[in-house]
Amino acid sequence: MHASLFITCYNDTLFPETGRAVVSLLERLGVELEFHPQQTCCGQMHANTGFRAEAYSQAKRLVRLYSDTENVVIPSSSCVAMMRDQYPGLFEELGSESLRRDLAALLPRIYELSEFLVDKLGVDDVGAYFPHRVTYHASCHGLRGLHLGERPLRLLTRVRGLDFAPLPNIDRCCGFGGTFSVKNAEVSSAMLSVKLQDVLATKAEYCTALDNSCLMHLGGAMHRQYAGMKTIHMAQILASTESTPMESFQ
Amino acid sequence: MSHSVEHPILDPTLAAPFPKAALPVLRDPQLRKNVAHAIDVIQTKRGKLVAEKTDWQELRSAAADIRTHVLENLGAYLEQFEERCTAAGGHVHCASDAAEARQIILDILREENASEVIKIKTMTSGEIQLNPFLQASGVGVFETDLAEIILQLGNEEPSHIVVPALHINRSQVREIFAKSMGRPELSDDPQALTEAARIYLRRKFLDIPSAISGANYLVAETGGVVIVESEGNGRMCLTLPKTLITLAGIEKVVPRFEDLEVMLQVLARSATGERMNPYTSLWSGVTPGDGPQNFHVVLLDNARSSILGKPRERQTLRCIRCAACINACPVYRQTGGHAYGSVYPGPIGAILTPQLMQMRHAQSLPYASSLCGACYEVCPVKINIPEILIDLRAQVIDQQRHNIGRFFDPLYLGLRIAGFLFSRAFLFHAAQRLGRVGAGLFTHKDGWIHSMPSVGGKWTQTRDLRGFPNQTFREWWQNRPARSSTQIAKEPK
Repeated sequence: MHASLFITCYNDTLFPETGRAVVSLLERLGVELEFHPQQTCCGQMHANTGFRAEAYSQAKRLVRLYSDTENVVIPSSSCVAMMRDQYPGLFEELGSESLRRDLAALLPRIYELSEFLVDKLGVDDVGAYFPHRVTYHASCHGLRGLHLGERPLRLLTRVRGLDFAPLPNIDRCCGFGGTFSVKNAEVSSAMLSVKLQDVLATKAEYCTALDNSCLMHLGGAMHRQYAGMKTIHMAQILASTESTPMESFQ
Repeated sequence: MSHSVEHPILDPTLAAPFPKAALPVLRDPQLRKNVAHAIDVIQTKRGKLVAEKTDWQELRSAAADIRTHVLENLGAYLEQFEERCTAAGGHVHCASDAAEARQIILDILREENASEVIKIKTMTSGEIQLNPFLQASGVGVFETDLAEIILQLGNEEPSHIVVPALHINRSQVREIFAKSMGRPELSDDPQALTEAARIYLRRKFLDIPSAISGANYLVAETGGVVIVESEGNGRMCLTLPKTLITLAGIEKVVPRFEDLEVMLQVLARSATGERMNPYTSLWSGVTPGDGPQNFHVVLLDNARSSILGKPRERQTLRCIRCAACINACPVYRQTGGHAYGSVYPGPIGAILTPQLMQMRHAQSLPYASSLCGACYEVCPVKINIPEILIDLRAQVIDQQRHNIGRFFDPLYLGLRIAGFLFSRAFLFHAAQRLGRVGAGLFTHKDGWIHSMPSVGGKWTQTRDLRGFPNQTFREWWQNRPARSSTQIAKEPK
């Protein structure tokens, strides 16, 4: 199986350990990975803030970049949701007929990480070992945008040693929302504070998710408050084994 | 009470931007507790009643189809409604904007020599700011819905479209009633409070011969009007007075009587979490010797036609004002309704209000959402609210592109620059390295950033940010021992 990794702009810059974990995990499962060095951003931040023209030019760039690719794996639900939910509308409005055709051909080959593992590779036990208490935050885009459903939990609960702590009010937003977190910083913080109460109540050591964006938000507050809990992308849990523990990706 | 908070302004032309208007609420524990508690009660009820309906998704689709069909043929259905309503003895008026609607209503009341009028809860009258206008014109206005009475007597503003006094708890209601009714002995027992409201209302129903209502639906086929309410006050207003004026947005029409089968089911379950609405009134025109003999319908456009003209935004007008989106919204749950500066709060308000203002006011509202999608998921007529929010944001930015103020908006400038940097991988990579150096200046020795200037400071006011790592993912990939990596160096066409 071949797949191309679209790491996303913010993982590339801020969370390279997530990318390294995805590489380790997928190569362990026999996937031949490529990384297209010309990749930048999917355009989500621009689209969601109202910069339609900029978002379109990034979307167009991405579709052209991956037009010959077998599968694209993306460890970020919100970026995948951007492509599925917003690219068609952007291309309808600003794109050409040929671009719309390319998009239609590409979209079914784009996978969020848990989709790729469960749907494409057909695994839910990835052979991981992570001896910690973990709660799972369902990001809004994964939950309502991609309808990831049980996939993340199927993957997590099969990790050996993992003590899974369900999160109350799991469908409630953490308040990140991209530029919402700075444009409406106070409201965003109020949402975060309510979310954090639920997360901390699980008494987990780690809060995981399939989006580093939510985790950056939750983790930023945990660090500020000396809350004694850490955030970790699910790829890093799934990549961990007895011989290559999580620390080896840090 | 929550009155340490300054009096909210529900006029989009005057209201403060959302982030600023939300501040006093965020710091008010009583208000936040009231809102969260009320929302949780409604949400739990709704959740149960939607779950028991096995064909809920089919009902949603049917409701969305009815509303979509109406909007695609609105002119024809409005003509039919006008014709049938007139034939049944009603008078139909058309108002292009709020001022015209207010004047039409005042003229009708003056013709009747009405010095007082009773009202059923109608958010549309709030939209056109009818009450202050009538009062300034010498007409006494009396609300009859329990929540609206609380607001009127307490000099409060509505914070929700179905439960307007949701932000006020029982002991606060007692305080308002005790003071305004001169009954300091009143207890906060719900029965005692309701009884006090009944006594207050009785004389109004018996003595005031003119009433104003909104409409939940207008039925084109019969020329009829439908009102749903829970207290029976509506039924009193619709039957006792001599004159009845119904104010309705032009989008409220449904084609056939039998469409109500779907529309009333989705409304009751979505709005109040009930299987069936308690008081549903349907009437057409005038019935001699029974009920109001002088019946007027004022059809309000107020920018609705311009919304209708835009294919994506048009879905906004499918709204049946059930407030399911408001109750599901994690932003509203923290801020309540007043921060939205409009009688229409929450996600629906965030898309409706700026459009009613034709994007000249309320530009902060499309940004008052984390785009979590909970609103879209619950909407019984499937309005894709996040999609419209993003569309309206694009309209705001398109205005800003021509506005001198853009040069002073760091977020705007940052995103314009980022747009350029993302256009080429080498630029992006250079920016990553530059960003690492820049962030290094703010990174504490624990490896985290605790404070940043400008827009970044909005982040660090409540959150830390982990410092930039020494190596980006792409640097790591390039330096790892060669495996199966394919290097494709060309920029895409």
